[in-house]
Amino acid sequence: MGRRKKMVERVKALMSNPDMVRNIGIVAHIDHGKTTLSDNLLAGAGMISQDLAGRQLFMDSDEEEQERGITIDSANVSMVHEYDNNEYLINLIDTPGHVDFGGDVTRAMRAVDGAVVVIDAVEGTMPQTETVLRQALKEHVRPVLFINKVDRLINELQEGGQEMQMRLGKLIDLVNKLIKGMNEERYKAGWKVDATGGTVAFGSALYNWAISVPMMQKTGVSFNDVYEYCRNEDMKTLAEKCPLHEAVNDMVIRHLPSPIEAQEGRVGAIWHGDKTSEIGKSMKDADANGDIAFMVTDIAMDPHAGEVATGRLFSGSLTRGMEVNVSGTTAKNRIQQVGVFMGPERLEVEKIPAGNIAAVTGLKDAIVGSTVTTLEDMMPFESIQHASEPVVTVAVEAKHMKDLPKLVEVLRQVAKEDPTLQIKLDEETGEHLLAGMGELHLEVIGHRIQRDKGVEITTTPPIVVYRESVKSHAGPVEGKSPNRHNRFYIEIEPLDPEIIKLIKDGEISMRMPELERRELLMNAGMSKEGAKGLVDIYESNIFLDMTKGIQYLNETMELILEGFTEVMKEGPLAREPCMGVKVKLMDAKLHEDAVHRGPAQVIPASRQAIQAAMLLAEDVLFEPYQKVFIQVPQEQMGGATKEIQGRRGIIVNMTSEGDTTVIESKAPVSELFGFAGDIRSATEGRAMWSTEFAGFDSLPANMVAEIVNEIRERKGLKAGVPQPEDFLSM
Amino acid sequence: MLYFVGLGLFDEKDVSVKGLEVIKNADKVYVEFYTSRLMGADKEKMENLYGREIHVLDRQEVEQDPWWLEEAKEMDIAFLTGGDTMVSTTHVDIRLRAMELGIETRLIHGASIVSAICGLTGLQNYRFGKAATIPHPYTSSRGNTIISETPYDTILRNRQLGLHTAVFLDIDMNKGYMTVNQGIELLLKIDEKRGQNLIKGSIAVGIANAGSEKPIVKADFAEYLESYDFGSPLHIVVIPADLHFVEAEALVKLADAPESILEEGEEN
Repeated sequence: MGRRKKMVERVKALMSNPDMVRNIGIVAHIDHGKTTLSDNLLAGAGMISQDLAGRQLFMDSDEEEQERGITIDSANVSMVHEYDNNEYLINLIDTPGHVDFGGDVTRAMRAVDGAVVVIDAVEGTMPQTETVLRQALKEHVRPVLFINKVDRLINELQEGGQEMQMRLGKLIDLVNKLIKGMNEERYKAGWKVDATGGTVAFGSALYNWAISVPMMQKTGVSFNDVYEYCRNEDMKTLAEKCPLHEAVNDMVIRHLPSPIEAQEGRVGAIWHGDKTSEIGKSMKDADANGDIAFMVTDIAMDPHAGEVATGRLFSGSLTRGMEVNVSGTTAKNRIQQVGVFMGPERLEVEKIPAGNIAAVTGLKDAIVGSTVTTLEDMMPFESIQHASEPVVTVAVEAKHMKDLPKLVEVLRQVAKEDPTLQIKLDEETGEHLLAGMGELHLEVIGHRIQRDKGVEITTTPPIVVYRESVKSHAGPVEGKSPNRHNRFYIEIEPLDPEIIKLIKDGEISMRMPELERRELLMNAGMSKEGAKGLVDIYESNIFLDMTKGIQYLNETMELILEGFTEVMKEGPLAREPCMGVKVKLMDAKLHEDAVHRGPAQVIPASRQAIQAAMLLAEDVLFEPYQKVFIQVPQEQMGGATKEIQGRRGIIVNMTSEGDTTVIESKAPVSELFGFAGDIRSATEGRAMWSTEFAGFDSLPANMVAEIVNEIRERKGLKAGVPQPEDFLSM
Repeated sequence: MLYFVGLGLFDEKDVSVKGLEVIKNADKVYVEFYTSRLMGADKEKMENLYGREIHVLDRQEVEQDPWWLEEAKEMDIAFLTGGDTMVSTTHVDIRLRAMELGIETRLIHGASIVSAICGLTGLQNYRFGKAATIPHPYTSSRGNTIISETPYDTILRNRQLGLHTAVFLDIDMNKGYMTVNQGIELLLKIDEKRGQNLIKGSIAVGIANAGSEKPIVKADFAEYLESYDFGSPLHIVVIPADLHFVEAEALVKLADAPESILEEGEEN
């Protein structure tokens, strides 16, 4: 039996024993060493060390590109690690380290039970550290800490042992403060990181070593020894004595939960079905004999096998040929292959039991976020909430007309692979609109379409996607149906920030039991009547039915909500998406006969009343902002700040570390187009920068009319800022 | 002056002599086909008989923007509809609008399906309760399908009061004319959903092509009507309540109802 084959056997054996499984993710701020850490774990796991050496050769072969497609996009790995004389299976998801693509982190957190948070010892916690930590806690994923680049403290900053210990101590305190602030309940339940407890490791991923308190006991290497090894630039010996993969994997196995321990809490956070039902119990216990409950967290293209859906199996066992239902679609899908990732390859196995991360083919209707089940009517998992929203659009066209059908297919594909991307066909112009999280994000996608998918395209310059929202209260406004036999009375007001937060955080949804939802809404300050009347949530907008006892309203509500959804997708001002709008139905007069209050009557009446009421409630445009973090040497600082200030930006904070300045700033996305080139020339290419989504803020009043007209012209709408009368039929 | 002219049931020849005179003498003639249709006629046949050019109005021009109303201030305008004018609720609204504009209006009546069903089935006019329409099921862009239960409730309430129900079937531009079979199927679905037997096992009457030379009138237990061939549209359904013995006899003789209903009639 070959070495690898043996490994497969070991993996298979461990898979069916959930106590011996750990599902983990690695998360970090950009450049803090996430990928170097993953590489270390891979190499150190024993099974790949040989293969890794061989991989270099393999990469030179003709199949390089094909292999790349897999290794780069889906960094999921299963590996075996020995701890306390027992073998454990670690399923690792590495989140690709793109700059502002928070979406990937969110998805990975859905699949795992524990997270290794990597922090650069010099830079400390950064905004993205907070984002990923918050994400982990929200998904009920337990964190441990790896403080990376510790050697830099000694060799670059020339810190003494004492100084260094103090700095690390402070960093740990800060992380605990963050955890406490984000989720006090979990913090109190013991989810803090603690060096003596063994939930913190220190080291250098670049030089392959790490140390933790348990590791010191195990190896006899003391903190002072570490200091000396670094000082004397003999980290090679240190890596032999305290290999990174051992320190980190020991920590993972000892302190992060197995699926059996974790699934009750995890399922509670992401599933709102009946916990006492068969499937509820089966997921809690990670029962391999239960019905299938599989959450898809990633879709990637394999040149040979087609679409590969990776995700977390919470219940049941996946086998080839199984017929399953995919949430949101009606057709059955048949599973073709089931497999695990071992290093860069996907290996087919007979069966994957609950509690593992699985990669399957044949789920042609699945998208990222789909719930896959053998049950007919399982309540789906909560949809994956993304920290960022699409705020920039480009129109894409095939360079050669003959490529059009292929482009359509490719766009569908990239949207499946990257759920933060939205594809829309503009019915009027026939253009495909690609919406993403930033200029860079769309550039990467455009590049991928040309390089990986082989379709030559032209793209328009990026356009900002604004949001519409209201500033005051209006109504009741009367909406009449075209046949004038039905009337709807609508009130509009801004939705309270606390409620918006509940929606954005995924705390409330229309899927959860009504009573539970009502209580959360009331705790957030909503009136009892309002909470009872909630009938729909669309993005961050809600619809409340405040009426009582109106006959026929129940079978009409779907149509009223269709009007609501239409307006929330395209607001009255410039047909931009709406956010934070509270729509209340105060009264309705309906024709008795069903045919006189059909879709052609009710939808326009509902739509127009909401449109007019929004304009009366001071509908305004909100523009997306980005936080921009710039690291720049002192001499170039002036150039960098000027770049921000010249773009309607504000400097939020500035700190110095040695001769490097870190500028934290915020600027509108519309002004940041071309920033990459400009900051390069302004700082002689010496600035390092990253961006992060910073929410929306209202457009300065003096710009509204101009921007509204610009958007309307682009969309081929009637010129001029719309008035309420435009939407009220006489 | 605005004349509302009911054209009657089936073809161009169902118009009254008075109606024909009004059409011939009007300055302009408009017609709408979306609330009902003369299935035995088309625009051309009508124009040939009336000797007039007629303008077809779409729904939008009747409900939302009846621009042509203004013309009735100065001219004599004839507005033609299938059946009797004003039976379709929309037309009342036009008359009210015309009055607001200071336009005089006059009605020329035609035969209506509402009275024709009594004639064709033998069911007695004074025993009908509130009418209802079955709309085509609708699937919203949010992915939910609505089957209106209002007609079912109307039948239920009428039945409790011992009244028959005339059930109109949806006419939709895209989904077409609903058939008796489709209508009965939808009602049976609601039976099933509610776990009731309001429709199943009850007598229902399907009527097609009223006003033509060969109208089809068929009474049977509802579940059997689901597959009965009624031919081309328009169709209408009647769900009778308990039958008077004369009504029972009429249904057997006029609508080929099963004879077992005669015995039930006697018990009442």
